[in-house]
Amino acid sequence: MTPDTIDQIFVISKHWLLGYLPSSLQPVASAILSVVPVLLVFPLLFAITTVLERKGLGRIQNRYGPNRVGPFGFSQPIADGIKSLTKEDVIPRNADQIVHFLAPLLLVLAAFLAYAVLPIGRNMVITNLNAGVLFFFAIGSMVELAVFMAGWSSRSKYSLLGAMRAVAQMISYEIPLVLASIVIIMMSGSLSTVDIVNLQSGYTSIWPHWFVFTPWGFAGFLLFMVAATAESNRSPFDLPEGESEIIAGYYIEYSGFKFALFFLGEYLGMFATSGLAITLFLGGWSAPFSFLTWIPSYFWFFAKLLVLIAVFIWVRGTFPRLRMDQLMNLAWKFMLPMSLLNIFTAGVWHFMPAGIVRWLVCIALLVAPCFLLSRVLKQGKKLQIRTYRFAE
Amino acid sequence: MNVFFLILAALTIVGTAAAMALRSAIHCILALTIGLVGLAALYLLLGAQFVGFTQILVYVGAVAILAVFAIMMTQGASAPTQPILSSSWLTGVSVAVAIFAVLAWAIHSTASTQTSLPQPEVSVNQIGAALMHQFVLPLEIMGLLLTAALIGAVILAMPEKKETL
Repeated sequence: MTPDTIDQIFVISKHWLLGYLPSSLQPVASAILSVVPVLLVFPLLFAITTVLERKGLGRIQNRYGPNRVGPFGFSQPIADGIKSLTKEDVIPRNADQIVHFLAPLLLVLAAFLAYAVLPIGRNMVITNLNAGVLFFFAIGSMVELAVFMAGWSSRSKYSLLGAMRAVAQMISYEIPLVLASIVIIMMSGSLSTVDIVNLQSGYTSIWPHWFVFTPWGFAGFLLFMVAATAESNRSPFDLPEGESEIIAGYYIEYSGFKFALFFLGEYLGMFATSGLAITLFLGGWSAPFSFLTWIPSYFWFFAKLLVLIAVFIWVRGTFPRLRMDQLMNLAWKFMLPMSLLNIFTAGVWHFMPAGIVRWLVCIALLVAPCFLLSRVLKQGKKLQIRTYRFAE
Repeated sequence: MNVFFLILAALTIVGTAAAMALRSAIHCILALTIGLVGLAALYLLLGAQFVGFTQILVYVGAVAILAVFAIMMTQGASAPTQPILSSSWLTGVSVAVAIFAVLAWAIHSTASTQTSLPQPEVSVNQIGAALMHQFVLPLEIMGLLLTAALIGAVILAMPEKKETL
Protein backbone atom coordinates (compact mmCIF):
# COMPACT_ATOMS: atom_id res chain seq x y z
CA MET A 1 0.00 0.00 0.00
CA THR A 2 1.35 3.42 -0.90
CA PRO A 3 1.29 6.25 1.65
CA ASP A 4 -1.40 7.88 -0.45
CA THR A 5 -3.68 4.85 -0.10
CA ILE A 6 -3.20 4.79 3.67
CA ASP A 7 -3.92 8.51 3.78
CA GLN A 8 -7.16 8.09 1.85
CA ILE A 9 -8.10 4.69 3.32
CA PHE A 10 -11.27 5.96 5.02
CA VAL A 11 -12.41 7.85 1.94
CA ILE A 12 -11.73 4.82 -0.30
CA SER A 13 -13.48 2.39 2.03
CA LYS A 14 -16.49 4.70 2.23
CA HIS A 15 -16.78 4.78 -1.55
CA TRP A 16 -16.30 1.01 -1.68
CA LEU A 17 -19.14 0.51 0.79
CA LEU A 18 -21.36 2.97 -1.08
CA GLY A 19 -20.80 1.00 -4.29
CA TYR A 20 -22.86 -1.87 -2.89
CA LEU A 21 -25.93 0.29 -2.34
CA PRO A 22 -28.61 1.32 -4.85
CA SER A 23 -28.11 4.88 -6.06
CA SER A 24 -31.32 6.09 -4.40
CA LEU A 25 -29.92 5.25 -0.96
CA GLN A 26 -26.45 6.61 -1.59
CA PRO A 27 -26.87 10.25 -0.39
CA VAL A 28 -28.36 9.11 2.92
CA ALA A 29 -25.81 6.31 3.36
CA SER A 30 -22.96 8.69 2.51
CA ALA A 31 -24.11 11.12 5.18
CA ILE A 32 -24.45 8.35 7.76
CA LEU A 33 -21.01 6.96 6.92
CA SER A 34 -19.49 10.43 7.38
CA VAL A 35 -21.31 11.30 10.58
CA VAL A 36 -21.09 8.04 12.55
CA PRO A 37 -17.26 7.95 12.79
CA VAL A 38 -17.28 11.50 14.19
CA LEU A 39 -19.97 10.48 16.69
CA LEU A 40 -17.76 7.58 17.78
CA VAL A 41 -14.24 9.02 17.67
CA PHE A 42 -14.76 12.28 19.55
CA PRO A 43 -16.66 10.82 22.55
CA LEU A 44 -13.90 8.18 22.71
CA LEU A 45 -11.36 10.99 22.72
CA PHE A 46 -13.40 12.61 25.50
CA ALA A 47 -13.14 9.39 27.53
CA ILE A 48 -9.38 9.22 27.04
CA THR A 49 -8.98 12.92 27.79
CA THR A 50 -10.77 12.65 31.14
CA VAL A 51 -8.19 10.07 32.28
CA LEU A 52 -5.26 11.98 30.83
CA GLU A 53 -6.48 15.21 32.40
CA ARG A 54 -6.92 13.68 35.83
CA LYS A 55 -3.55 11.98 35.63
CA GLY A 56 -1.86 15.15 34.36
CA LEU A 57 -3.46 17.32 37.02
CA GLY A 58 -2.51 14.71 39.60
CA ARG A 59 1.13 14.88 38.54
CA ILE A 60 1.08 18.68 38.69
CA GLN A 61 -0.41 18.50 42.18
CA ASN A 62 2.00 15.82 43.42
CA ARG A 63 -0.37 12.87 43.48
CA TYR A 64 -1.03 9.83 41.30
CA GLY A 65 -4.44 10.45 39.79
CA PRO A 66 -6.70 7.51 38.83
CA ASN A 67 -4.73 4.23 38.85
CA ARG A 68 -7.17 1.58 40.15
CA VAL A 69 -9.46 0.62 37.24
CA GLY A 70 -7.78 -1.32 34.43
CA PRO A 71 -4.17 -0.92 33.33
CA PHE A 72 -2.75 2.36 34.68
CA GLY A 73 -6.30 3.50 35.45
CA PHE A 74 -7.24 3.80 31.79
CA SER A 75 -10.56 1.98 32.23
CA GLN A 76 -11.70 4.74 34.57
CA PRO A 77 -14.09 6.29 31.97
CA ILE A 78 -15.97 2.94 31.71
CA ALA A 79 -16.42 2.89 35.46
CA ASP A 80 -17.49 6.54 35.42
CA GLY A 81 -19.96 5.83 32.62
CA ILE A 82 -21.54 2.92 34.49
CA LYS A 83 -21.71 5.03 37.63
CA SER A 84 -23.45 7.93 35.92
CA LEU A 85 -25.88 5.58 34.13
CA THR A 86 -26.93 3.83 37.31
CA LYS A 87 -27.29 7.01 39.38
CA GLU A 88 -30.74 8.31 40.15
CA ASP A 89 -31.84 11.11 37.85
CA VAL A 90 -32.85 13.79 40.34
CA ILE A 91 -34.99 16.67 39.05
CA PRO A 92 -35.76 19.48 41.52
CA ARG A 93 -39.47 19.68 42.34
CA ASN A 94 -39.65 23.35 41.37
CA ALA A 95 -37.63 22.91 38.21
CA ASP A 96 -39.05 23.68 34.82
CA GLN A 97 -39.29 20.04 33.73
CA ILE A 98 -39.19 20.44 29.94
CA VAL A 99 -36.47 23.08 29.75
CA HIS A 100 -34.47 21.22 32.41
CA PHE A 101 -34.63 18.10 30.24
CA LEU A 102 -33.85 19.85 26.94
CA ALA A 103 -30.83 21.90 28.09
CA PRO A 104 -28.18 19.11 28.16
CA LEU A 105 -29.50 17.70 24.88
CA LEU A 106 -29.21 21.09 23.15
CA LEU A 107 -25.70 21.54 24.53
CA VAL A 108 -24.47 18.18 23.21
CA LEU A 109 -26.31 18.68 19.92
CA ALA A 110 -24.67 22.07 19.37
CA ALA A 111 -21.26 20.65 20.32
CA PHE A 112 -21.61 17.81 17.80
CA LEU A 113 -22.93 20.06 15.02
CA ALA A 114 -19.73 22.09 15.10
CA TYR A 115 -17.77 19.08 13.81
CA ALA A 116 -19.67 19.22 10.52
CA VAL A 117 -17.20 21.71 9.04
CA LEU A 118 -13.92 20.54 10.60
CA PRO A 119 -11.58 18.90 8.07
CA ILE A 120 -9.96 16.07 10.05
CA GLY A 121 -7.94 14.78 7.11
CA ARG A 122 -7.39 15.24 3.39
CA ASN A 123 -10.87 14.93 1.78
CA MET A 124 -12.24 14.07 5.22
CA VAL A 125 -14.87 16.66 6.13
CA ILE A 126 -18.58 16.07 6.63
CA THR A 127 -19.70 19.08 4.59
CA ASN A 128 -17.55 21.64 2.84
CA LEU A 129 -19.78 24.65 3.41
CA ASN A 130 -19.24 27.88 1.53
CA ALA A 131 -19.57 29.71 4.86
CA GLY A 132 -18.00 27.06 7.08
CA VAL A 133 -16.39 29.33 9.68
CA LEU A 134 -19.61 31.32 9.97
CA PHE A 135 -21.51 28.08 10.55
CA PHE A 136 -19.09 27.17 13.32
CA PHE A 137 -19.65 30.42 15.18
CA ALA A 138 -23.42 30.35 14.60
CA ILE A 139 -23.60 26.89 16.18
CA GLY A 140 -21.30 28.04 18.98
CA SER A 141 -23.78 30.74 19.90
CA MET A 142 -26.42 28.07 20.55
CA VAL A 143 -24.30 26.75 23.43
CA GLU A 144 -24.97 29.97 25.36
CA LEU A 145 -28.69 29.40 25.10
CA ALA A 146 -28.30 25.82 26.35
CA VAL A 147 -26.25 27.01 29.31
CA PHE A 148 -28.83 29.63 30.14
CA MET A 149 -31.66 27.09 29.86
CA ALA A 150 -29.85 24.77 32.27
CA GLY A 151 -29.21 27.50 34.81
CA TRP A 152 -32.63 29.09 34.68
CA SER A 153 -34.75 25.93 34.63
CA SER A 154 -33.10 24.51 37.76
CA ARG A 155 -34.70 27.23 39.91
CA SER A 156 -31.66 27.43 42.09
CA LYS A 157 -29.71 30.57 42.98
CA TYR A 158 -26.37 28.92 42.37
CA SER A 159 -27.48 27.65 38.98
CA LEU A 160 -28.79 31.04 37.94
CA LEU A 161 -25.62 32.80 39.11
CA GLY A 162 -23.51 30.28 37.22
CA ALA A 163 -25.60 30.70 34.08
CA MET A 164 -25.39 34.51 34.27
CA ARG A 165 -21.63 34.34 34.67
CA ALA A 166 -21.29 31.79 31.89
CA VAL A 167 -23.40 33.71 29.40
CA ALA A 168 -21.71 37.05 30.18
CA GLN A 169 -18.30 35.44 29.83
CA MET A 170 -19.14 33.61 26.60
CA ILE A 171 -20.61 36.73 24.97
CA SER A 172 -17.55 38.78 25.96
CA TYR A 173 -15.00 36.28 24.71
CA GLU A 174 -16.87 35.46 21.53
CA ILE A 175 -15.83 38.88 20.20
CA PRO A 176 -12.03 38.36 20.42
CA LEU A 177 -12.56 34.79 19.21
CA VAL A 178 -14.33 35.92 16.05
CA LEU A 179 -12.05 38.93 15.50
CA ALA A 180 -8.98 36.69 15.77
CA SER A 181 -10.46 34.40 13.11
CA ILE A 182 -11.39 37.31 10.85
CA VAL A 183 -7.68 37.90 10.21
CA ILE A 184 -7.39 34.42 8.70
CA ILE A 185 -10.57 34.89 6.68
CA MET A 186 -9.20 38.22 5.38
CA MET A 187 -5.87 36.79 4.36
CA SER A 188 -7.18 33.57 2.84
CA GLY A 189 -10.19 35.21 1.19
CA SER A 190 -12.46 32.31 2.06
CA LEU A 191 -14.90 31.24 4.77
CA SER A 192 -14.61 27.58 3.81
CA THR A 193 -12.53 25.56 6.28
CA VAL A 194 -11.35 23.22 3.51
CA ASP A 195 -10.02 26.11 1.42
CA ILE A 196 -8.25 27.61 4.43
CA VAL A 197 -6.44 24.33 5.12
CA ASN A 198 -5.54 23.85 1.45
CA LEU A 199 -3.95 27.32 1.39
CA GLN A 200 -1.68 26.31 4.28
CA SER A 201 -0.61 22.92 2.93
CA GLY A 202 2.36 24.12 0.84
CA TYR A 203 6.03 24.15 1.89
CA THR A 204 9.03 26.47 1.45
CA SER A 205 11.99 24.03 1.53
CA ILE A 206 10.93 22.01 4.59
CA TRP A 207 8.89 24.67 6.41
CA PRO A 208 5.10 24.69 6.16
CA HIS A 209 2.97 27.70 5.16
CA TRP A 210 0.94 27.72 8.35
CA PHE A 211 -0.66 31.02 9.26
CA VAL A 212 0.75 30.80 12.77
CA PHE A 213 4.22 31.50 11.34
CA THR A 214 3.37 35.13 10.51
CA PRO A 215 3.17 38.03 13.00
CA TRP A 216 -0.60 38.44 12.62
CA GLY A 217 -1.14 34.69 12.61
CA PHE A 218 0.85 34.20 15.79
CA ALA A 219 -0.91 37.05 17.60
CA GLY A 220 -4.24 35.78 16.30
CA PHE A 221 -3.44 32.26 17.49
CA LEU A 222 -2.63 33.45 21.01
CA LEU A 223 -5.78 35.59 21.17
CA PHE A 224 -7.84 32.74 19.76
CA MET A 225 -6.53 30.21 22.27
CA VAL A 226 -7.15 32.50 25.26
CA ALA A 227 -10.66 33.25 24.02
CA ALA A 228 -11.22 29.55 23.31
CA THR A 229 -10.23 28.67 26.89
CA ALA A 230 -12.77 31.19 28.15
CA GLU A 231 -15.42 30.00 25.70
CA SER A 232 -15.12 26.43 26.90
CA ASN A 233 -15.35 27.60 30.55
CA ARG A 234 -12.04 26.03 31.45
CA SER A 235 -9.66 27.08 34.16
CA PRO A 236 -8.43 29.84 34.63
CA PHE A 237 -11.74 31.11 33.22
CA ASP A 238 -13.94 28.62 35.09
CA LEU A 239 -15.90 31.19 37.08
CA PRO A 240 -19.25 29.84 35.86
CA GLU A 241 -18.56 26.62 37.71
CA GLY A 242 -16.19 27.89 40.40
CA GLU A 243 -16.43 25.08 42.92
CA SER A 244 -15.47 27.18 45.91
CA GLU A 245 -18.06 29.89 45.18
CA ILE A 246 -21.08 28.47 43.41
CA ILE A 247 -20.35 24.74 43.65
CA ALA A 248 -20.80 23.71 40.02
CA GLY A 249 -22.61 26.63 38.46
CA TYR A 250 -25.33 26.02 35.93
CA TYR A 251 -25.32 22.23 36.13
CA ILE A 252 -25.43 21.88 39.88
CA GLU A 253 -29.01 20.52 39.79
CA TYR A 254 -28.20 17.79 37.29
CA SER A 255 -27.30 14.28 38.30
CA GLY A 256 -26.53 10.96 36.71
CA PHE A 257 -26.33 10.81 32.97
CA LYS A 258 -27.47 14.39 32.35
CA PHE A 259 -24.47 15.57 34.36
CA ALA A 260 -22.29 13.36 32.18
CA LEU A 261 -23.87 14.97 29.11
CA PHE A 262 -22.84 18.41 30.34
CA PHE A 263 -19.34 17.12 30.86
CA LEU A 264 -19.36 15.59 27.38
CA GLY A 265 -20.72 18.77 25.80
CA GLU A 266 -18.08 20.89 27.47
CA TYR A 267 -15.21 18.70 26.31
CA LEU A 268 -16.65 18.31 22.82
CA GLY A 269 -16.86 22.10 22.64
CA MET A 270 -13.24 22.35 23.70
CA PHE A 271 -12.15 19.80 21.06
CA ALA A 272 -14.18 21.59 18.39
CA THR A 273 -12.69 25.02 19.16
CA SER A 274 -9.21 23.47 19.28
CA GLY A 275 -10.01 21.81 15.95
CA LEU A 276 -10.95 25.20 14.52
CA ALA A 277 -7.72 26.70 15.89
CA ILE A 278 -5.81 23.89 14.15
CA THR A 279 -7.75 24.51 10.94
CA LEU A 280 -7.25 28.26 10.96
CA PHE A 281 -3.73 28.66 12.33
CA LEU A 282 -1.90 25.33 12.51
CA GLY A 283 -2.44 24.10 8.96
CA GLY A 284 -5.24 21.61 9.67
CA TRP A 285 -4.20 18.12 8.62
CA SER A 286 -0.95 19.15 6.92
CA ALA A 287 2.36 17.78 8.21
CA PRO A 288 4.73 20.11 10.11
CA PHE A 289 7.68 19.33 7.78
CA SER A 290 7.68 18.49 4.09
CA PHE A 291 9.59 15.22 4.68
CA LEU A 292 6.84 14.00 7.01
CA THR A 293 4.01 14.14 4.46
CA TRP A 294 4.04 10.32 4.11
CA ILE A 295 2.35 10.08 7.53
CA PRO A 296 -1.45 10.11 7.03
CA SER A 297 -3.20 13.47 7.29
CA TYR A 298 -5.69 12.41 10.00
CA PHE A 299 -2.75 11.41 12.22
CA TRP A 300 -1.49 15.01 12.11
CA PHE A 301 -4.89 16.46 12.93
CA PHE A 302 -5.27 14.30 16.01
CA ALA A 303 -1.62 14.79 17.02
CA LYS A 304 -2.13 18.56 16.97
CA LEU A 305 -5.42 18.18 18.82
CA LEU A 306 -3.74 16.14 21.57
CA VAL A 307 -0.96 18.72 21.87
CA LEU A 308 -3.55 21.48 22.32
CA ILE A 309 -5.43 19.36 24.88
CA ALA A 310 -2.14 18.87 26.75
CA VAL A 311 -1.69 22.66 26.80
CA PHE A 312 -5.24 23.07 28.14
CA ILE A 313 -4.52 20.58 30.94
CA TRP A 314 -1.22 22.27 31.72
CA VAL A 315 -2.89 25.70 31.90
CA ARG A 316 -5.64 24.30 34.11
CA GLY A 317 -3.11 22.90 36.53
CA THR A 318 -1.00 26.06 36.61
CA PHE A 319 -3.09 29.23 36.74
CA PRO A 320 -5.36 30.44 39.55
CA ARG A 321 -8.94 31.38 38.72
CA LEU A 322 -9.60 34.96 37.60
CA ARG A 323 -11.98 37.29 39.39
CA MET A 324 -15.07 38.52 37.51
CA ASP A 325 -13.72 42.07 37.02
CA GLN A 326 -10.32 40.75 35.92
CA LEU A 327 -12.09 38.49 33.45
CA MET A 328 -14.10 41.31 31.90
CA ASN A 329 -11.13 43.71 31.91
CA LEU A 330 -9.02 41.17 30.06
CA ALA A 331 -11.69 40.66 27.41
CA TRP A 332 -12.74 44.24 26.80
CA LYS A 333 -9.68 46.31 27.64
CA PHE A 334 -6.89 44.07 26.39
CA MET A 335 -8.08 41.37 23.99
CA LEU A 336 -10.58 43.47 22.04
CA PRO A 337 -8.11 46.31 21.22
CA MET A 338 -5.37 43.80 20.46
CA SER A 339 -7.55 41.80 18.08
CA LEU A 340 -8.66 44.98 16.29
CA LEU A 341 -5.01 45.98 16.00
CA ASN A 342 -4.23 42.52 14.67
CA ILE A 343 -6.72 43.04 11.85
CA PHE A 344 -4.99 46.32 11.00
CA THR A 345 -1.59 44.59 11.08
CA ALA A 346 -2.84 41.91 8.71
CA GLY A 347 -3.91 44.68 6.31
CA VAL A 348 -0.46 46.30 6.51
CA TRP A 349 1.16 42.92 5.88
CA HIS A 350 -1.03 42.39 2.84
CA PHE A 351 -0.13 45.69 1.20
CA MET A 352 3.61 45.78 1.98
CA PRO A 353 6.11 44.09 -0.34
CA ALA A 354 7.43 40.75 0.90
CA GLY A 355 10.70 40.86 2.79
CA ILE A 356 12.32 41.45 6.15
CA VAL A 357 10.94 45.03 6.45
CA ARG A 358 7.39 43.71 6.42
CA TRP A 359 8.20 41.34 9.26
CA LEU A 360 9.80 44.05 11.39
CA VAL A 361 7.01 46.57 10.81
CA CYS A 362 4.28 44.06 11.63
CA ILE A 363 6.04 42.74 14.74
CA ALA A 364 6.58 46.31 15.95
CA LEU A 365 2.93 47.13 15.23
CA LEU A 366 1.85 44.31 17.53
CA VAL A 367 4.50 44.20 20.27
CA ALA A 368 4.75 47.93 21.04
CA PRO A 369 0.98 48.51 21.59
CA CYS A 370 0.76 45.24 23.54
CA PHE A 371 3.52 46.45 25.86
CA LEU A 372 2.05 49.96 26.21
CA LEU A 373 -1.46 48.65 26.78
CA SER A 374 -0.32 46.32 29.54
CA ARG A 375 1.58 49.17 31.21
CA VAL A 376 -1.48 51.43 31.09
CA LEU A 377 -3.75 48.71 32.46
CA LYS A 378 -1.29 47.96 35.24
CA GLN A 379 -1.21 51.59 36.41
CA GLY A 380 -2.61 52.24 39.85
CA LYS A 381 -2.70 48.58 40.74
CA LYS A 382 -0.48 47.29 43.48
CA LEU A 383 0.87 44.08 42.04
CA GLN A 384 3.38 42.18 44.07
CA ILE A 385 4.34 38.64 44.81
CA ARG A 386 1.95 37.15 47.31
CA THR A 387 3.16 34.98 50.10
CA TYR A 388 0.82 32.52 51.71
CA ARG A 389 1.77 32.35 55.35
CA PHE A 390 -0.02 29.12 56.15
CA ALA A 391 0.73 27.24 52.95
CA GLU A 392 4.48 27.41 53.02
CA MET B 1 -43.24 22.04 -2.11
CA ASN B 2 -41.13 19.37 -0.58
CA VAL B 3 -41.31 17.65 2.79
CA PHE B 4 -38.46 19.67 4.30
CA PHE B 5 -40.18 22.94 3.54
CA LEU B 6 -43.40 21.75 5.15
CA ILE B 7 -41.60 20.53 8.29
CA LEU B 8 -39.63 23.77 8.65
CA ALA B 9 -42.64 25.95 7.94
CA ALA B 10 -44.63 24.07 10.58
CA LEU B 11 -41.73 24.45 13.04
CA THR B 12 -41.51 28.20 12.41
CA ILE B 13 -45.26 28.75 12.73
CA VAL B 14 -45.59 26.58 15.85
CA GLY B 15 -42.59 28.30 17.44
CA THR B 16 -43.81 31.83 16.83
CA ALA B 17 -47.39 30.94 17.81
CA ALA B 18 -46.12 29.41 21.05
CA ALA B 19 -44.11 32.58 21.66
CA MET B 20 -47.41 34.45 21.81
CA ALA B 21 -49.43 31.82 23.68
CA LEU B 22 -47.13 30.62 26.47
CA ARG B 23 -47.45 32.04 29.97
CA SER B 24 -43.89 32.35 31.21
CA ALA B 25 -41.82 35.08 29.51
CA ILE B 26 -38.73 32.87 29.36
CA HIS B 27 -40.74 30.12 27.67
CA CYS B 28 -41.91 32.69 25.13
CA ILE B 29 -38.32 33.64 24.33
CA LEU B 30 -37.31 30.00 23.95
CA ALA B 31 -40.31 29.33 21.68
CA LEU B 32 -39.45 32.41 19.63
CA THR B 33 -35.92 31.04 19.27
CA ILE B 34 -37.36 27.86 17.75
CA GLY B 35 -39.25 30.01 15.26
CA LEU B 36 -36.11 31.99 14.39
CA VAL B 37 -34.07 28.79 13.91
CA GLY B 38 -36.84 27.47 11.66
CA LEU B 39 -36.64 30.67 9.62
CA ALA B 40 -32.83 30.30 9.37
CA ALA B 41 -33.31 26.73 8.16
CA LEU B 42 -35.76 28.00 5.52
CA TYR B 43 -33.08 30.43 4.28
CA LEU B 44 -30.64 27.53 4.09
CA LEU B 45 -33.19 25.52 2.14
CA LEU B 46 -33.26 28.37 -0.40
CA GLY B 47 -29.47 28.16 -0.71
CA ALA B 48 -28.76 31.39 1.15
CA GLN B 49 -26.03 30.16 3.48
CA PHE B 50 -24.80 33.56 4.58
CA VAL B 51 -28.23 34.87 5.52
CA GLY B 52 -29.15 31.61 7.24
CA PHE B 53 -26.06 31.42 9.45
CA THR B 54 -26.13 35.13 10.19
CA GLN B 55 -29.77 34.74 11.24
CA ILE B 56 -28.72 32.10 13.81
CA LEU B 57 -25.67 34.08 14.91
CA VAL B 58 -27.56 37.34 15.41
CA TYR B 59 -31.01 36.23 16.53
CA VAL B 60 -30.18 33.14 18.58
CA GLY B 61 -26.73 34.20 19.75
CA ALA B 62 -27.45 37.85 20.48
CA VAL B 63 -31.10 38.89 20.40
CA ALA B 64 -32.48 35.89 22.31
CA ILE B 65 -29.72 36.15 24.92
CA LEU B 66 -30.33 39.91 25.25
CA ALA B 67 -34.05 39.35 25.74
CA VAL B 68 -33.38 36.65 28.29
CA PHE B 69 -31.03 38.93 30.21
CA ALA B 70 -33.51 41.78 30.11
CA ILE B 71 -36.27 39.58 31.51
CA MET B 72 -34.05 38.16 34.24
CA MET B 73 -32.85 41.60 35.32
CA THR B 74 -36.21 43.35 35.35
CA GLN B 75 -38.88 40.94 36.56
CA GLY B 76 -39.32 37.62 38.28
CA ALA B 77 -39.68 34.55 36.16
CA SER B 78 -43.08 33.77 37.67
CA ALA B 79 -46.02 33.54 35.29
CA PRO B 80 -48.29 36.58 35.05
CA THR B 81 -51.76 36.37 36.58
CA GLN B 82 -53.83 38.24 33.99
CA PRO B 83 -55.75 36.20 31.35
CA ILE B 84 -53.83 35.13 28.27
CA LEU B 85 -56.13 36.96 25.85
CA SER B 86 -56.13 40.71 26.21
CA SER B 87 -59.47 42.52 26.19
CA SER B 88 -58.82 44.00 22.74
CA TRP B 89 -57.94 40.69 21.10
CA LEU B 90 -60.69 41.05 18.49
CA THR B 91 -59.21 44.32 17.16
CA GLY B 92 -55.72 42.84 17.14
CA VAL B 93 -56.80 39.75 15.22
CA SER B 94 -58.70 41.80 12.64
CA VAL B 95 -55.71 44.13 12.07
CA ALA B 96 -53.40 41.13 11.70
CA VAL B 97 -55.76 39.40 9.26
CA ALA B 98 -56.13 42.62 7.24
CA ILE B 99 -52.32 43.07 6.97
CA PHE B 100 -51.89 39.41 6.03
CA ALA B 101 -54.60 39.72 3.36
CA VAL B 102 -52.99 42.83 1.84
CA LEU B 103 -49.53 41.24 1.81
CA ALA B 104 -50.84 37.97 0.38
CA TRP B 105 -52.75 39.84 -2.30
CA ALA B 106 -49.67 41.93 -3.18
CA ILE B 107 -47.44 38.87 -3.43
CA HIS B 108 -50.02 36.90 -5.37
CA SER B 109 -50.57 39.64 -7.93
CA THR B 110 -46.86 40.04 -8.67
CA ALA B 111 -45.82 36.40 -8.46
CA SER B 112 -46.73 35.58 -12.06
CA THR B 113 -44.08 37.90 -13.50
CA GLN B 114 -41.34 36.75 -11.12
CA THR B 115 -41.45 32.98 -11.55
CA SER B 116 -39.60 32.91 -14.88
CA LEU B 117 -36.44 34.53 -13.45
CA PRO B 118 -33.50 32.13 -12.97
CA GLN B 119 -32.49 31.52 -9.37
CA PRO B 120 -29.37 33.63 -8.71
CA GLU B 121 -26.31 31.83 -7.32
CA VAL B 122 -24.93 34.18 -4.69
CA SER B 123 -21.84 33.03 -2.81
CA VAL B 124 -20.47 34.52 0.38
CA ASN B 125 -17.58 35.89 -1.69
CA GLN B 126 -19.94 38.00 -3.76
CA ILE B 127 -21.76 39.32 -0.70
CA GLY B 128 -18.43 40.30 0.86
CA ALA B 129 -17.24 41.98 -2.33
CA ALA B 130 -20.51 43.90 -2.68
CA LEU B 131 -20.33 45.07 0.93
CA MET B 132 -16.72 46.17 0.60
CA HIS B 133 -16.95 47.87 -2.80
CA GLN B 134 -20.42 48.93 -3.87
CA PHE B 135 -22.03 49.39 -0.45
CA VAL B 136 -18.99 50.41 1.57
CA LEU B 137 -20.44 53.81 2.54
CA PRO B 138 -23.71 52.47 4.00
CA LEU B 139 -21.68 49.81 5.79
CA GLU B 140 -19.39 52.43 7.33
CA ILE B 141 -22.33 54.59 8.37
CA MET B 142 -23.96 51.61 10.05
CA GLY B 143 -20.70 50.82 11.79
CA LEU B 144 -20.48 54.41 13.04
CA LEU B 145 -24.07 54.27 14.27
CA LEU B 146 -23.44 51.04 16.17
CA THR B 147 -20.22 52.41 17.68
CA ALA B 148 -22.09 55.50 18.83
CA ALA B 149 -24.75 53.29 20.40
CA LEU B 150 -22.05 51.23 22.12
CA ILE B 151 -20.34 54.33 23.54
CA GLY B 152 -23.73 55.63 24.69
CA ALA B 153 -24.41 52.37 26.51
CA VAL B 154 -21.01 52.52 28.21
CA ILE B 155 -21.63 56.13 29.32
CA LEU B 156 -25.02 55.15 30.75
CA ALA B 157 -23.47 52.26 32.62
CA MET B 158 -20.51 54.23 34.00
CA PRO B 159 -20.65 55.01 37.71
CA GLU B 160 -21.60 58.64 38.39
CA LYS B 161 -18.67 59.81 40.44
CA LYS B 162 -19.95 63.30 41.27
CA GLU B 163 -22.99 62.05 43.15
CA THR B 164 -21.16 59.46 45.17
CA LEU B 165 -18.45 61.87 46.33
